[in-house]
Amino acid sequence: MAKSDVKVLGFSPSPFVMRARIALKIKSVEYEFLEENLGSKSELLLKSNPVHKKIPVLIHNDKPVCESLIIVEYVDEAWSSSGPSILPSDPYDRAVARFWAAYVDEKWFSALRDIGSANGAEAKKAAIEQLIEVLVLLEDAFVKCSKGKPFFGGNQIGFLDIAFGSYLGWLRVTEKINEVKLLDEVKTPGLLKWAERFCADAAVKDVMPETDKLAKLRASAPPSS
Amino acid sequence: MAEEEVKLYGTWVSPFSRRIELALKLKGVPFEYIGVDLSNKSPELLKYNPIHKKIPVLVHNGKSIVESLIILEYIDDTWKNNPILPRDPHQRAVARFWAKFIDEKLLATGMKASLAEGKEKELLNEEILEQMKLLENELNGKDFFGGEAIGLVDIVATVVAFWFPISHEVLGVEVITQEKFPVLLKWIGKLQEIDVVNQSRPPREKHVAHVRARMEGLNSGSK
Repeated sequence: MAKSDVKVLGFSPSPFVMRARIALKIKSVEYEFLEENLGSKSELLLKSNPVHKKIPVLIHNDKPVCESLIIVEYVDEAWSSSGPSILPSDPYDRAVARFWAAYVDEKWFSALRDIGSANGAEAKKAAIEQLIEVLVLLEDAFVKCSKGKPFFGGNQIGFLDIAFGSYLGWLRVTEKINEVKLLDEVKTPGLLKWAERFCADAAVKDVMPETDKLAKLRASAPPSS
Repeated sequence: MAEEEVKLYGTWVSPFSRRIELALKLKGVPFEYIGVDLSNKSPELLKYNPIHKKIPVLVHNGKSIVESLIILEYIDDTWKNNPILPRDPHQRAVARFWAKFIDEKLLATGMKASLAEGKEKELLNEEILEQMKLLENELNGKDFFGGEAIGLVDIVATVVAFWFPISHEVLGVEVITQEKFPVLLKWIGKLQEIDVVNQSRPPREKHVAHVRARMEGLNSGSK
């Protein structure tokens, strides 16, 4: 398949863009990555995602797919015969993976954002505690979903690994800036080890932005899709 | 053969709950419906949805699935007849996009508008109209969002077809008209020809009375 058949419109620091890229890597799909300048969006982006005008957008044979988790499901389905499955095969397991992915995008994302926007030490402390509560729930989810295996998806990275793991760069920035450990051996031992495995995985390491680069961008809140 | 046990926890007036009923009825899946009193949530509900404590909850052979869009996908994954989602991956992605748009954009804006006042309310109401226009454009030329038969987006959009007009009626406004939204109006007419769709709607008079009472509650400052 020609590389130009598949394009990703994105912004490297974005966790949402990472999701699309990890999925494509898992399926060994070659693609052209077009880095957007979010202050001056390209014609192609505005044409491909007229409703939200956001990244990532996957363009496959000139047809756009928008919304990061929808893109991941699309990649899994469009290249179903290539590489391992990203979504579990069992309907209930799929529902569980989708549930936690939606939870991550709603509760985790807003808790993370609240830390950034918190005014004063008290508010910051409360926001951090709130985030840790979310992490404890995700730790429980990890234990249940992984069933002793290395990833939420089992032996390999799956849908929920991608959904949550794509935030790890920003999690590390938050830890660094606030001088706090969010993942730790006591409350989230499973996630702590999972995070290292995830970041080291072949499908992830080339697209995970460096913590320092993200920290510099921290002037604005974590990029929304 | 083991019996399939399907239970749906919901309320008669929640569009999220009734869309699940519609999906189950479309597929001819027998289920037990359990009406929930949201002001007094049962231990059962809290057991099945400990994190969000909301309805709808689908319980299939003892396992609970929550969040209506996730439940709809589960239903389609589990019962293969009368598919809700198309087969083509790109069309599936488009359907998922619009389902998400309705819930996360249109309904969210609607919620904000109902709580807002004055200029802010005006602006939000305009936004709602723009978002409805996007839906109308998406539908153009087709009987249903799903094509020739109803699909995921139609099921999700029943909130627009049936719940929105009730709110408009109580507010004394006309929005989905031949003049402003002819395509949506036609689509609603087609939906109303489908038995299972009509079976999955709140009874009209009761629905109007309920919305009226809630709006009066909002106006008087209580929530």
